[in-house]
Amino acid sequence: MVTVLARAGLWLAVLFLAVIGVALAADGGFAIQMGIVAVAALLAVWFTISGADYAAIARGVLKMPDQGKYDDDPIRWGMIATVFWGVVGFGAGVFIASQLAWPWLNIEPYLNFSRLRPLHTSAVIFAFGGNALIATSFYVVQRTCRARLAFPGLARFVFWGYQLFIVLAASGYVLGISQGKEYAEPEWYVDWWLTIVWVCYLAVFVGTIIKRSEPHIYVANWFYLSFIITVAMLHVVNNLDWPVSFVGSKSYPVFAGVQGALVQWWYGHNAVGFFLTAGFLGMMYYFVPKQAERPVYSYRLSIIHFWSLIFLYIWAGPHHLHYTALPDWAQTLGMVFSVMLWMPSWGGMINGLMTLNGAWDKIRTDPIVRMMVMALAFYGMSTFEGPMMSIKTVNSLSHYTNWTIGHVHSGALGWNGMITFGAIYYLVPRLWGRERLYSVRMVNWHFWCATIGIVFYAASMWVAGITQGLMWREYGADGYLVNSFADAVAAIHPMYVLRTFGGALYLLGGAFMVVNVWKTIAGSLREEAPLHNAAYDPAADKPIVAAASAH
Amino acid sequence: MMSTHSTYDLLRHLADSWGLLAMMLVFVVLIAWPFRKGGRGRSDEAATMIFKDENDG
Repeated sequence: MVTVLARAGLWLAVLFLAVIGVALAADGGFAIQMGIVAVAALLAVWFTISGADYAAIARGVLKMPDQGKYDDDPIRWGMIATVFWGVVGFGAGVFIASQLAWPWLNIEPYLNFSRLRPLHTSAVIFAFGGNALIATSFYVVQRTCRARLAFPGLARFVFWGYQLFIVLAASGYVLGISQGKEYAEPEWYVDWWLTIVWVCYLAVFVGTIIKRSEPHIYVANWFYLSFIITVAMLHVVNNLDWPVSFVGSKSYPVFAGVQGALVQWWYGHNAVGFFLTAGFLGMMYYFVPKQAERPVYSYRLSIIHFWSLIFLYIWAGPHHLHYTALPDWAQTLGMVFSVMLWMPSWGGMINGLMTLNGAWDKIRTDPIVRMMVMALAFYGMSTFEGPMMSIKTVNSLSHYTNWTIGHVHSGALGWNGMITFGAIYYLVPRLWGRERLYSVRMVNWHFWCATIGIVFYAASMWVAGITQGLMWREYGADGYLVNSFADAVAAIHPMYVLRTFGGALYLLGGAFMVVNVWKTIAGSLREEAPLHNAAYDPAADKPIVAAASAH
Repeated sequence: MMSTHSTYDLLRHLADSWGLLAMMLVFVVLIAWPFRKGGRGRSDEAATMIFKDENDG
């Protein structure tokens, strides 16, 4: 009873503060955001009070969770959230790609490109990717520690708190609330909220590791833990801001000028390194061996992969600031560490791919394995392309062009997207106790839509980027620039249209996933021919009668 | 070698001398660790541990 009261009281206090925030708001956007917080707090009060088992409390029974069972509820919610935010994020991406191809789609002011672009990036990275990481990490840490999740209440708070973070971030962008820092757009109060949620996430994860029954901590957990700790550090340092008013949405960063730029890209690149790489590698090191039913090719290589990423990635950020006011030695440092990163990345890719050694036929017969292999192929491709683009001379051509956009998407759609889809298809039948997925063939359709979509996307952005880079730097004999900026925009218009088509194909693949996951949860099985059967001809299945004996 | 000219100068020279050496040594020890005597067996055990839950989970 005391805990129910304490929890409800805490949410009531949040509700109270949010209502004060609405009343005293310095700007309209802040009032709307606090309104959202108030609604969320009200829902939390309601569910805290109505969800308690008063009969048990009255009998004085302390309801303890069954330690002999894994705690999978937050993981099930996480799967649904991942699929939902995934298609929202892909849809937003296709829409903003269309805006670049057909500018009349910019609907001022709420739905213009500059407000929807962070909505797209946050939806796919933090909402789709973040939910996938939280859900799979809770699954993997329980299975590899052979222990039930620690702090069940906190785990539920992490899930719902994270959804509130997403809603606040996304609605803020549409309202025009932004710090203007790429991948760190949410304002100070949303940052503080995320910090609280993230610390709870760390507590649940570490708590589960501490109560493990397996002596060894499986390598996937190392990757997940490094992701949680590093993201906490990056998030806090890059968001050291001072709000203009404690009831207003605007804040200013503590760091200014080139220091601010370096902190931002130290954050930005390590968000790629630890959110989009280390976290998803945690997924890879568990789900690829499980789906392939073979242990990882070399466990020792996975340890080298881990420590090399940790020691190298953190220095690579300055490659985002080539030819800027950043000291030259820092730019060179960023470049050198980025190039060195190529080695552990490919070590990791080879480790993942070679896990299929002796079972390569599964690429043909199991579309989930096929997805995972494609994810590893794209991991390898984008971790080769990245170091190459970080070389100053290459960067002088590629920077600020669509080549960067193509590179990011071959990593995000190819690596992060495909490995997440693989994990979703692995998990959903298990989490809901189904015999198999609704349709394995539909996974195959998803695979091909996504793969062909990425090919359209990456190829068109390479062409567009190199075109832009060459047009921007072209000088005539008299020393003047040959092309105006608008010339380069007009030249790449067909590439923008092709990119939109690629993105739409990827979204279509996502739609197949929605249907498949929905039907699997509902418990239906699609009647379909299996993807692979050894040849059998009943007509030929009889003994040969020798011609001579027929007489 | 250690300069007290400014905090920047001090940290910069610490980073490219003793700091670098210390990080390098820690890194080498960490990646050499799985290759110690008996490391192979422990690694194989760790790699196959994820399949334990298939019969008794």
